[in-house]
Amino acid sequence: MPFIPHTEDDVKSMLAAIGVDSIDDLFDEIPTELLSEGLTKVPEGVSEMEISRIMHERAEQDSRALCFAGAGAYEHHIPAAVWEITTRGEYYSAYTPYQAEASQGTLQLLYEYQTMMASLTGMDISNASLYDGASALAEGVLMAVRANRKSKSKRILMPRTVNPKYRQVAHNIVKGQGITLEELDFDMQGGHINIDSLPKDPGDFTALVIPQPNYFGILEDIDALTNWAHEHKALVIAVVNPTSLALLKSPGSWGEKGADITCGEGQPLGAPLSSGGPYFGFMACREVYVRQMPGRIIGRTVDLDGNPGFSLTLQAREQHIRRSKATSNICTNQGLLVTAATIYMTLVGPDGLHKVAQASHANTQDLIAKLEATGKAKRIFSRPVFHEAVMQFEVPTDEIMKQMSAQKILPGVELKNDYPELGNVMMVCATETKTQADLTTYADLLAKIAK
Amino acid sequence: MLIFEQSRTGRVNTAQQPANVNTASSIPAEFLREDKPLLPEVSEMQAVRHYTRLSTKNFSIDTHFYPLGSCTMKYNPRGCNTLAMLPGFLNRHPDSPANMSQGFLSCMHDLQEILKDVTGMEEVSLAPMAGAQGEFAGVAMIRAYHDAQNGGKGDPDRTEILVPDAAHGTNPATATMCNFKVREIPTNSDGDVDIEALKEAVGPHTAGIMLTNPSTLGVFERKIKEIAGIVHDAGGLLYYDGANLNAILGKVKPGDMGFDVIHMNLHKTFSTPHGGGGPGAGPVGVSKRLIPFLPVPMVIQDGDKFDVVTEKSNPQSIGRLSAFMGNAGVLLRSYIYARLLGSQGMHRVAEYATLNANYMMKKLEQAGFDLAFPNRRATHEFIVTLKKQAKEHNVTAMDFAKRLLDYGFHAPTTYFPLLVPECFLIEPTETEAQDALDGFIAAMIAIQKEAEEDAEKLKGAPYTLPVRRLDDVKAAKELDLTWKK
Repeated sequence: MPFIPHTEDDVKSMLAAIGVDSIDDLFDEIPTELLSEGLTKVPEGVSEMEISRIMHERAEQDSRALCFAGAGAYEHHIPAAVWEITTRGEYYSAYTPYQAEASQGTLQLLYEYQTMMASLTGMDISNASLYDGASALAEGVLMAVRANRKSKSKRILMPRTVNPKYRQVAHNIVKGQGITLEELDFDMQGGHINIDSLPKDPGDFTALVIPQPNYFGILEDIDALTNWAHEHKALVIAVVNPTSLALLKSPGSWGEKGADITCGEGQPLGAPLSSGGPYFGFMACREVYVRQMPGRIIGRTVDLDGNPGFSLTLQAREQHIRRSKATSNICTNQGLLVTAATIYMTLVGPDGLHKVAQASHANTQDLIAKLEATGKAKRIFSRPVFHEAVMQFEVPTDEIMKQMSAQKILPGVELKNDYPELGNVMMVCATETKTQADLTTYADLLAKIAK
Repeated sequence: MLIFEQSRTGRVNTAQQPANVNTASSIPAEFLREDKPLLPEVSEMQAVRHYTRLSTKNFSIDTHFYPLGSCTMKYNPRGCNTLAMLPGFLNRHPDSPANMSQGFLSCMHDLQEILKDVTGMEEVSLAPMAGAQGEFAGVAMIRAYHDAQNGGKGDPDRTEILVPDAAHGTNPATATMCNFKVREIPTNSDGDVDIEALKEAVGPHTAGIMLTNPSTLGVFERKIKEIAGIVHDAGGLLYYDGANLNAILGKVKPGDMGFDVIHMNLHKTFSTPHGGGGPGAGPVGVSKRLIPFLPVPMVIQDGDKFDVVTEKSNPQSIGRLSAFMGNAGVLLRSYIYARLLGSQGMHRVAEYATLNANYMMKKLEQAGFDLAFPNRRATHEFIVTLKKQAKEHNVTAMDFAKRLLDYGFHAPTTYFPLLVPECFLIEPTETEAQDALDGFIAAMIAIQKEAEEDAEKLKGAPYTLPVRRLDDVKAAKELDLTWKK
């Protein structure tokens, strides 16, 4: 019996202690008509050796791809120590640290994570993570509505330069609560939110979402946008890439007052691409809004002997205490991914993260140049980018996708569903993991693909 | 010592940095960061040593018995982790086209089929990233279903979700998120839903009911068919909170009990790690009438090929709940676990989890502990109330819990469900051997003796852990949430 240690003698002695004849007797309170007649679609059990073979074969089918896709999931080098330590049983198989004295390892690590994220984002405080970047934005919107007491409209201005999947998720999660997400269009030339095209009299709105870099990889006019939102008594929700923050101005120093809430996808910090999850969402904010923050927060305190220790704090915000009045229904977070991210940030350090960001930026610049040199691709937006760019191709993108994927090259992410007005474009990305030879391989293949 | 206190400016891990970085930049100065973020500057060995040492300050399933009620802390097989972390799975970009994804998609499809079978539901979506998000998806589908009635005009009077007073906190919190009013239904003294109160509560305003069965009180809701009938007759739908699915896995299918929608906590029943608080996975299964509303993406099979379906082909879907495909790596681990168990292994989970719980319950009762529901069978968990000890010796359930840590056992769930005073919710799971259960029982008896002889000893516990009892009031009043230089 896999993972069940009982011997026949154990079972006999336990049943005798309970005072029943069989295990079936323990189910005698369940109406017999409800007892299952068996499973028909679950295959028979296999040993670890057999499932190992099956999984190796399936993993092999998808392996050895050369990836130039980003769009919210980025391939970065992950130091070997990150997952070796993260999958130690003491982290891997521990529960949420409700029993603080028996969870000081996880709790101290989370406190260190909060410190790193607060500094990286330039915010005062950080929570201990949310599910992913998209749901973190949804929680950021809900939080802004709670935090901005001056605004009654529950109107959030949501530029179309925010990741379209994040916008969909945010909409799906907040729509039940009378909140409207109002789209702001982007400048077709620059690929950014044009400050001159913002409404002169926007009326009451609760918050403006500002992505940096935006979904197209483009850098937004963060200072002017932040100031504009604050002039209208709205909050600023920043959506940022954490790797980029080693290079780019942190949301805490945007404009005159800085962003109010910062959220985003934590995956670039040590989580593998892994088909889209598990990743983690991060969220940080100014201290005045701490009681409106969703998710778990760790605080440093002292024990009975006055020695320092760590525990979950401000739990009165959470569902297990507040029930229907909680700040969110969120219960688990992504503790293990935060463990990996904390170890990742520690191993690369400020200098290493800066190099990762700079190398990704430079490689993407190189890729753009190489693709343009083929004469078959051209960047469509004029503004500077971080590590992604929208390219227009001569050959239909689905043809490029078909031919390149047959050779296990992922040439980018198509945008035709979310931005049909952009035409025959694809978004490309080259992180620090790509060599000059990789970039050349892509360009050479593109040059060979006929119209 | 914090990692920051080991940091020295200028210490770098050259091996962990890209070499020969091209410094060419097209980013204007106005966008650039001026200050250095506060990340540690330590050597690789310092980092490894620090986080390895920290790990030893944790209790975990791999090191301790963890009878945490409602959390199903069973063994997390190592093989599931190793195989889910094969490079082919880790390196697959979520936007890869189907022809680069057959291996991964086939696992997801097979998992959907397995979950359909064990739950008795018609269709399953793996999208939700945690139990609470599965609940959200479930309640959002109930809303979408009512909105689609009357030829799309909707059924706007259905504004209430019924929730038993013993329910998990996520249930009422979720209903609120979906803009429903929450109406609590009382529980009778045997732990069943009060049927008369339910009959009075249902009506044309009822959108649905959220139930956990077995309930959070550790007992099977015997009148579930009658409850299903009452709610369905009133036009409402039944939501199954799968938190306790481990108790009935392979024995009873929620679909057969009359549920319309369920979420499963794969990090409980399907043994994926809790990871110190996540990630989880909360797939949802539905009856026929809710299929069009399932969250996307889902995996379909077409001949011998697998593909992904999105809103495009499922326009009535409640949409996506994550940027990509939920917690794919968690789903892979549970798929591997399900294959290791196989069809014969599923019902054994429920059987041995139930055997262990009933054994502990009987032994603790014989040792003089009071049960919350002495006339009922335990399911996979049961409740001990320490009300008597609180009265006689002025020790709380929390004192018992902290003292258990000294004896080398993680404490059971304390003070939940809220209905039972000074309670322990105890869930041993099927993966514990009789010796571990006996050890826990012996510790409870020893602590009881300490309570009688020297209650102060319990109040000061724990004594043997990295820290003693922590000042939570100070933590909340004098917020210290980040380290400062």
